[in-house]
Amino acid sequence: MTNLDPDLIQTIVVLGATSAIAKAFIRQCCNAQTKFVLVGRDEEALDAIKSDLIIRKARSIETIVADLADCFRAKETVQAVMARCSRVDLLFISYGILGDNAEALKDNVLTQEIITSNFTSVACLLSEFTPIFEKQKTGSIAVITSVAGDRGRQSNYIYGSAKGGLALFLQGLRHYLSKYGVHVLTIKPGFVDTPMTSAFKKGLLWASPEKIARGIRHALLKKKSSVYLPGFWKWIMIIIKLVPESIFHKTKL
Amino acid sequence: MVVMYRNSTIPTGAMTPMWTSWGRLLSIETPQHPFRKKPFLSTNGTILATGNLKSYGDSCLLSNGTAFSMLFQDNILAWNPQSGRLKVEAGVLLDHILQNFVPEGWFLPVTPGTKYVSVGGAVANDIHGKNHHRVGTFGHFITSLKLLRSNGEAIVCSPSANSNLFQATIGGLGLTGIIDWVEIQLIPIKSSLMDVEWLRFEGIPEFLELNTASSHYDYTVSWLDCTSSKKGKASAKGIYIRGRHHPDPSCLSIHKKPYLKIPFNFPDLTLNKYTIGMFNKLYYHHFPKHKKGTQHYDPFFYPLDQLIDWNLIYGKRGLYQFQCVIPFKHSLSTFQTMLDIIAASGQASFLSVLKSFGSIPSIGLLSFPEEGLTLCLDFANQGIKTLTLLKQLDELVLAARGRRYPAKDATMTRNQFKQFYPNWNTFLAYKDPKISSDFWERVSPQ
Ligand SMILES: Cc1cc2nc3c(=O)[nH]c(=O)nc-3n(C[C@H](O)[C@H](O)[C@H](O)COP(=O)(O)OP(=O)(O)OC[C@H]3O[C@@H](n4cnc5c(N)ncnc54)[C@H](O)[C@@H]3O)c2cc1C
Ligand SMILES: NC(=O)c1ccc[n+]([C@@H]2O[C@H](COP(=O)([O-])OP(=O)(O)OC[C@H]3O[C@@H](n4cnc5c(N)ncnc54)[C@H](OP(=O)(O)O)[C@@H]3O)[C@@H](O)[C@H]2O)c1
Repeated sequence: MTNLDPDLIQTIVVLGATSAIAKAFIRQCCNAQTKFVLVGRDEEALDAIKSDLIIRKARSIETIVADLADCFRAKETVQAVMARCSRVDLLFISYGILGDNAEALKDNVLTQEIITSNFTSVACLLSEFTPIFEKQKTGSIAVITSVAGDRGRQSNYIYGSAKGGLALFLQGLRHYLSKYGVHVLTIKPGFVDTPMTSAFKKGLLWASPEKIARGIRHALLKKKSSVYLPGFWKWIMIIIKLVPESIFHKTKL
Repeated sequence: MVVMYRNSTIPTGAMTPMWTSWGRLLSIETPQHPFRKKPFLSTNGTILATGNLKSYGDSCLLSNGTAFSMLFQDNILAWNPQSGRLKVEAGVLLDHILQNFVPEGWFLPVTPGTKYVSVGGAVANDIHGKNHHRVGTFGHFITSLKLLRSNGEAIVCSPSANSNLFQATIGGLGLTGIIDWVEIQLIPIKSSLMDVEWLRFEGIPEFLELNTASSHYDYTVSWLDCTSSKKGKASAKGIYIRGRHHPDPSCLSIHKKPYLKIPFNFPDLTLNKYTIGMFNKLYYHHFPKHKKGTQHYDPFFYPLDQLIDWNLIYGKRGLYQFQCVIPFKHSLSTFQTMLDIIAASGQASFLSVLKSFGSIPSIGLLSFPEEGLTLCLDFANQGIKTLTLLKQLDELVLAARGRRYPAKDATMTRNQFKQFYPNWNTFLAYKDPKISSDFWERVSPQ
C-alpha cells in the first residue's frame, strides 16, 4: 500500500479473501476510498463479504471465483483481476491450506496439494503480477507465510517447507522489485485462531485475526520487509532456530 | 475485536482439544469444526451448531457427533438505516452489532446480561432482557431468518411464511436446523447513556411493590442477596434497578474492551457462603436507600463483561446455574421456600437476580419466558451436594407450575422437560432428525 491515507483512492486485490485473517484485514482497510477486488473459491462466502463491505461503505467491490491453487489458471486469474482495476495499490495474498502431515506421508497427492496451494501456485500468481508492478513502479505486495517456514519440524514440515520456500521467493522478489519502488512484505504469523486451526487447543500464544490484521497494516505503513505477528514470535523463532539438532530431535514440536 | 473471547471459554491446561460451555461442567474432547455448508451436508451422524458457548449447561454441547461453530459466519448482510432493519449472519456477536450501530443511533431491541453471544444463540434460546415486561423476547424482533436443514433444504421463515417452523426455531435450541442468517429490527436511541435509579428493598413483598410502581420503566431488574434471607421470613435484601435510554441527544459512544481477565481457575470453594455473604453485604451497603444517575449502557446491561473469563472464579469443577420462572400467584411463597432451602443447604448463590416477565406471550414453541417472576441463581459445583439442592429447587418449580431455562440447565429430566414445556409434542414435528445436543439427549421425550 503506497499510502493508508483515507483520502486517497486505492485498490486492494485480495487472493484468498474468505480467509479469516483476510476478512479482518479487509474490514480494517475499508473506507469510502477503497476499491476491492476479492478472489476466492467459495462464491457464497465472497458474496457475504461483499454485502458486509457495502454496508461498511467501500467505494467498490468486485469478486472473482477461482481455484487459486490451479497453477495453469494463474494467468487467467490475474487477467480477470486486471480487467476489474487499472492499478493495484496493494496485492494481499492470504490463501493457503494447513494439510495433515501424517496423512500426506501416506499419500503423496496430499503432499503435492500442500506444496502447490502454499507455494507453487502463489509463486505462479506472483510471477504473473510482477510485470504489472514493474510497469506501475509503485504499490505493495503483502503475502502471508508462517513461522512454520523458519525451521523444519517433524509435525508439519511439508506445510513448513512450502511456507519457507515462499518466504525465500518473496525475499528474492523484494530484491528484484526494489529497483521499481515496489514494496514486498513477508508476513509470518504465529498461532492464529481461524478455521484453519479449529482443531487445535488454544492457549496463551494464540492471537485473533483482528490483531494480526492490525499488525499487517502497521508493517505496510512502516514499509517493513518482513514481520512476525504478534511481534513476540520473533524472539521465539530466534530461540527455536538456535536449538541444536541433537536437542531439537528430542522434542515433539 | 471479537475473536479473543471466542476461545476464552476453553480452560487452559493439557494440549488436547477441548471445549466446554460457560458453566464448565463437562469438556468435549473432539474439536469443533468451522461451519461450511458442504461438510455440514455430508457429515454422517449427529450434528449441532454452536455459537459463542455462553449457555451455562449442555444445550450447546455435543459429546457424540460433529459440532459446527458458527462464529466465522460473521458478515453483516443488509442494513436499512431508515427502518433499522438489520440482516446478519448467525455468527455475528451482539457486541459486533453494538460496535457498528450504536454510533448510528441504534440499539439491540432485547439484550441478555452479556454482549458476547451470537445472534444464532440469541434466536435458539429466544433470549430475554431487562425489558421483557415491556417488549417480550428477542423473538418478537425477528422479521425473518434462514434455516438450513440437514436434508439440504434452505427455508426462509418469518411470522407469515413457514410460520410453524419459525415458531419452532425461535427458542428451538438449535434443533430445527442451522440458522444461516437472521433479520432483526433494531430500536432507535439518542444517546448511549442510560438514566438509572437504584433502590434498596428488604423482602420480596417490598420488591413486588417497587416492581408494580416501576412497570413504566423500560428496563427493570433486581439484584438479590440470597444470604440475607431469614428462615420463614420474606426478608432477603436486594437492590432494585430501573432505567431507560437517556432521551436527549448526547454522545453515541460504544463500549470499551474489557480490561481484566481471570487468568486461571480459582481454588475450589473460593466462593462459599461466607465470602458470598460478605461480598453481598458490602455490595448492598454500597448503595444508599435511593440513588439516581446516568450510566453508559455497558455497565448497565453488561456488568460482568468487564471481567473476561469470570466463570473461572467458581473453581475447576465449574458452576451450575438455575433460572426458573414462577407464575405470579405462586412466586412469593415459592421463592421464600427456595431461599430457605438454599440457606439450609449451606450453599449460596453469588449472583442472584430477580425480575418480572410481562404478559406478552413468547413466540417460540419452546421459549422459556412466560408471565411471572424469574429468579436466577448460581452455585459452584460441589458435586452431589449441589445436585441435591437443585433437585429440591426443581420440585418446587414443578409444584408451582413454573419452568426452568434450558440455557442455564444441566440437570432437567425427561419428565420435567415435558411438564415445563407442554408444546414439546408439537415441536417434535419440526426437529431436524440429524441435529441433537447433550441437553436434548437428556430430556428428549422418547
Ligand atoms: C453472563 C451471562 C448473562 C446472561 N444473561 C442472559 C439473560 O439476561 N437472558 C437470557 O435469555 N440469557 C442470558 N444468558 C444466556 C445466553 O444469552 C444464552 O445462553 C445464549 O443462547 C448464548 O448464545 P451463544 O452465542 O453463546 O450460543 P451457544 O451457547 O453456543 O448456543 C446456544 C444454543 O444456540 C444454538 N445455536 C447457536 N448458533 C446457532 C445457529 N447458527 N443455528 C442453530 N443453532 C444455533 C446452539 O445449538 C445452542 O442450542 C446469559 C449468559 C451469560 C454467560
Ligand atoms: N491460522 C494460523 O495459525 C496461521 C498461522 C500462520 C500462517 N497462516 C496462514 O494465514 C493464511 C490465512 O489463513 P487463515 O488462518 O485465515 O485460515 P482460513 O480462514 O482457513 O483461510 C485459508 C483460506 O485459503 C483459502 N484457500 C485455500 N485453498 C484455496 C484455493 N485453492 N483457492 C482459493 N482459496 C483457497 C480458503 O478458502 P475456503 O474459505 O474456500 O476454504 C480459506 O479462505 C494462510 O496462508 C495460512 O497458511 C495461518
